[in-house]
Amino acid sequence: MKLITAIIKPFKLDDVKSALKSMGVVGLTVSEVRGFGRQGGHTETYRGTEYQVDFLPKVKIEAVVDDADAPDVVDTIVSAANTDKIGDGKVWVTSVDEVVRIRTGERGADAV
Amino acid sequence: MNPGTTAWLLVSAAMVLFMTPGLAFFYGGMDRSRNVLNMLMMNFWCVLIVPIVWALLGYSLAFGGRGSFIGNLDFAFLRNMDITGDGGSRLLVLVYLGMFAAITPALISGAIADRMKFSAWAIFVPVWSLLVYTPVVFWIYGGIGSDGKNALTGWLGSRGSLDFAGGTAIHVNAGIAALAAALVVGKRKGWPREGHPPHSMPLVMIGTGILWFGWFGFNAGSALAADGVAVQAFANTFFAAAAGGLVWCLVERIKDGHVTNLGAASGIVAGLVAITPAAGYVAQMSAIWIGAAAGLVCAFAVSIKFKRGFDDSLDVVGVHFVGGLVGSLLIGLFAQPGALGQKNAEGLFYGGGTFLLREQFIANAVTIAFSFTMTFLILKAIDAAIGVRVSEEDEESGLDISQHAETSYNFGEVTMGRN
Repeated sequence: MKLITAIIKPFKLDDVKSALKSMGVVGLTVSEVRGFGRQGGHTETYRGTEYQVDFLPKVKIEAVVDDADAPDVVDTIVSAANTDKIGDGKVWVTSVDEVVRIRTGERGADAV
Repeated sequence: MNPGTTAWLLVSAAMVLFMTPGLAFFYGGMDRSRNVLNMLMMNFWCVLIVPIVWALLGYSLAFGGRGSFIGNLDFAFLRNMDITGDGGSRLLVLVYLGMFAAITPALISGAIADRMKFSAWAIFVPVWSLLVYTPVVFWIYGGIGSDGKNALTGWLGSRGSLDFAGGTAIHVNAGIAALAAALVVGKRKGWPREGHPPHSMPLVMIGTGILWFGWFGFNAGSALAADGVAVQAFANTFFAAAAGGLVWCLVERIKDGHVTNLGAASGIVAGLVAITPAAGYVAQMSAIWIGAAAGLVCAFAVSIKFKRGFDDSLDVVGVHFVGGLVGSLLIGLFAQPGALGQKNAEGLFYGGGTFLLREQFIANAVTIAFSFTMTFLILKAIDAAIGVRVSEEDEESGLDISQHAETSYNFGEVTMGRN
């Protein structure tokens, strides 16, 4: 099993969610996060004083999927979240040792 | 008392009361999210304690008798109140002016945001109200004649300086007190290196709207009659605020590249502050010039604190002190009593020479020296007795939780259970 983690632009969340649902991903977890990459931050001005905002708001998506599905899920996220502009985010894949479904106690791929 | 005037003053009084919560939101939005409730409570505290102080002693000391420097106790503990007498309803005027007494110390709270012990603030407000606000008001407006009407025997007012609704007595007074307070309480941890941007600009804009609305009661009500002077003051309040906001926005657009909400709000308040002393003494085109001048000067004045190194957190000095001073001094140029049916002296532009300009300068210089010194001493005394500053740990965790055991924003399920 693989954990797919993606950091995307917040307004792309709906597109990514729809694309993942239609390819059969049955669950994902979303968090509002802040961070910076090559895009850097932005500046805000209050009464003439400039503030540098280094950490921009992003959305983090996490989904655990079968090994075989992982490449497709990654491709789907990449194409749905792409705007061709700087700051689109990243996707990475991590191996997962064990997954347990809390309600039934199922383990491994059955629990995904 | 004529029914129109009674009705207008009742409404005006409620409008001025509403300005204190308005100010609380104006300041609270500029605060960081962990200190918002402390800011609101500092302001609401003023409408709890000051009305009582005003009823027991404040009004009587600020207006009673025929002295030069301080009133008497004729009206202490709400004695000798008439409700509908020929000289006007003393009770109504007392209530109306009590609203002004309440908001004046509230203005100071913006300078010491995020770091003052609430217990110290709670003591400071009534003491300041009695020892600083009350005498200054007497000097400028005080004195009541044998006919029960205002007799203007206070030593600044009787010399001829003008202050229609409280430019000197309220904004310059509270503004310079704010500077003294910022110096005694000291800088916020991390200032100016760390940024302290506003946590909620929408709250600031709501507060600005409430202030602007209430200010019509503040200025036009100060005519103490439903008459032409009230109409003039109302119109001046309208135009000066618009001009102040507009000019601040233009300055920002040229200087920093964007028109900002905080700039618009600050300019509106600067315009309102500046027209306050002048509202019933100048004609409408002058009001536009005064508002515009305040917007321009204050937009630059808010950066003084960085150069001089005092942490006037929410710019009480840059907006209220400077704006009040601009408006008050400009009366010396723009006062036009003939056009308004008033009996005061003319300003320099309307044939009055430099008399009024000089008197405006004296009244403000006296108020600045007195208020700064007294505020400094009062806070030093409170500091010696109980300390004015929260601990570093309390400042870090935020004043909402450390001073009031509350938090402003509880989102989500994982917050708290009952003990």
